[in-house]
Amino acid sequence: MRGGFGRLASLHGLRGWAAVLGLGLLAMVAVPALNAVVPPQSLLHLPDFTIPLFGKFLCYAIVALAMDLIWGYTGILSLGHGVFFALGGYCMGMHLMRSIGKAGVYRSDLPDFMVFLDWKELPWFWHGFDRFWFAALMVLLVPTALAYVFGFFAFRSRIKGVYFSIITQALTFALMLLFFRNNTGLGGNNGLTDFKRLLGFDLHAQSTRIAMYLISAGSLLLAYLSCRYIVTSRAGRVLMAIRDAEERVMFSGYNPLDYKLAVWTWSALLCGIAGALYVPQVGIINPSELQPSNSIEMAIWVAVGGRATLAGPILGAFIVNGAKSILTVAYPEAWLFILGAVFIGVTLFLPKGLLGLGERIGALKRFGVRRLQDGKAAPQTGRTAP
Amino acid sequence: MIEPASEFESPSGTMSPGHPAPEGVDTSHGVILYVEDVTVSFDGFKALNGLTLYIDEGELRCLIGPNGAGKSTLIDVITGKTRPDKGSVFFGQTLDLTRLSEFRIAQEGIGRKFQRPTIFPAHSVLENIELALNAGKRVRTTLFAQLSGEQRDSIHAVLDTVGLLPERAQIAGMLSHGQKQWLEIGMLLVQEPRLLLVDEPVAGMSQQETEKTSELLASLVPKHSVVVVEHDMDFVRRIARKVTVLHEGAVLAEGTMEEVQNNPLVIDVYLGA
Repeated sequence: MRGGFGRLASLHGLRGWAAVLGLGLLAMVAVPALNAVVPPQSLLHLPDFTIPLFGKFLCYAIVALAMDLIWGYTGILSLGHGVFFALGGYCMGMHLMRSIGKAGVYRSDLPDFMVFLDWKELPWFWHGFDRFWFAALMVLLVPTALAYVFGFFAFRSRIKGVYFSIITQALTFALMLLFFRNNTGLGGNNGLTDFKRLLGFDLHAQSTRIAMYLISAGSLLLAYLSCRYIVTSRAGRVLMAIRDAEERVMFSGYNPLDYKLAVWTWSALLCGIAGALYVPQVGIINPSELQPSNSIEMAIWVAVGGRATLAGPILGAFIVNGAKSILTVAYPEAWLFILGAVFIGVTLFLPKGLLGLGERIGALKRFGVRRLQDGKAAPQTGRTAP
Repeated sequence: MIEPASEFESPSGTMSPGHPAPEGVDTSHGVILYVEDVTVSFDGFKALNGLTLYIDEGELRCLIGPNGAGKSTLIDVITGKTRPDKGSVFFGQTLDLTRLSEFRIAQEGIGRKFQRPTIFPAHSVLENIELALNAGKRVRTTLFAQLSGEQRDSIHAVLDTVGLLPERAQIAGMLSHGQKQWLEIGMLLVQEPRLLLVDEPVAGMSQQETEKTSELLASLVPKHSVVVVEHDMDFVRRIARKVTVLHEGAVLAEGTMEEVQNNPLVIDVYLGA
């Protein structure tokens, strides 16, 4: 309907839409072309391994979007969001394990690790995962259900700030310990791996990888547009109001519980989908994804890029993980120190992240121009919100 | 001569003329707020001590008293932020405010203005008013809500009333203190509450701004009922019809400004040198 189209068009100004289009073309046309079409001898050729690598970054970018929604816009700092990412990943992993069929090491119907543990039959919760539609449904439902229950109790008890962050860490830590146990039936500390096919396609073929990459890029685009819709709606303004003045929001007649729960659950859904897209591209899912430090890194991507911008966290996810990929090869011991330094540096000097840097340069330029115009120091006009 | 404060004033018993009561708030007895024998203790300290008062529909009541008398605690109790240990608080005949959550109380028609201007600093002036609008508050409503022309007009009208129309695109955090107070009052107005609880509306305002605020508040009755908590005696004198003096968590005296000013108890405790 016309009203709907107008609303969708208003998601961005002209420049914004141009940027979305440009980046979309770059990601979905240029990158695959530079791998598949451009010959390997050319300087512009992107080696095969870069496709699943970028695909992985795209999945992280979806997580960064989800984190920005709850942290940048609603002021809820989750340091355990990896739990939703991992749960989505495990659901997909279970389907991929079942898809191996009899092609595993032990030539059995059961996944290799179960044969190794001398189990005779599939644990009850594995049933159904041999079908893709069931696994896909679980990817959508499992992280969301956990998020809903956890969020309901946490927000209803009005747990906020650092206390909330701590219990999110506890959540992901508890699940990590659970999944580490061999008896839990999810592969223990080795996790699920050695995947072969997805929906009949060979996961090691470059064409499949390019397809997975494109699906990830498309998912990021859809996730971004949905988040953009939310934050430009009145509901999005309520979320930001909850972040800034929750009391005033309540006394204006809104129930903060409903809003927090809605955005928290949506955020978990996005992470679950991201996890499910991630696993076929990296070829493994294990409890290390549930480490509290993984979730903290997710917050760092958002802080580096710039909170409450949506584009910033996507940028942050790419930059931090790009740096990680390069530096863990070149200087593996130094990576954690560098990460820590980045986090401290961003907190101290770039509270608005890298996107905020652009803003600052703009403000400085205006200030500088005013100095020249007045011939003396002009008072700071500060057109931007504090 | 004022009756001793320990006996409560009886309600007027007549319905406010020409004011239809919307569903929810039953003001058929002319009283919009019943506060009866309310006690609130914080760690043994009694912030409110058997406090009883009644607000008639359409009246403008001023609540005064020294610091620590319990004025803000009373407002916290009415708006649901604090639960009383004892006593009852009713909005109209039927709505038990001690059982409703803050946002439900706001939805039922009680608006509150805080002591320090509490607005949304990262939003524009217009967005602040938009968020306070008396429109659907549920997630599924606000997700798809778009401002109608009529709503936009009423937002502009309110902004005009509080003198912030030229600043409607400004980020609210950048407003001056007095402007923020007015923005909050504007947000309160657009909520269309039956009862307004205004906590120190002219704190930090200039003389001119104070006069303007007093005019604005006086214009709100009898369509709304207003309770103003204030320390500024000039301001109170200007707008007060009936004044209630609180002291140590209970009502010390009640009456017109003149009656209250000449009350020896009040002079002793509050107004005298």
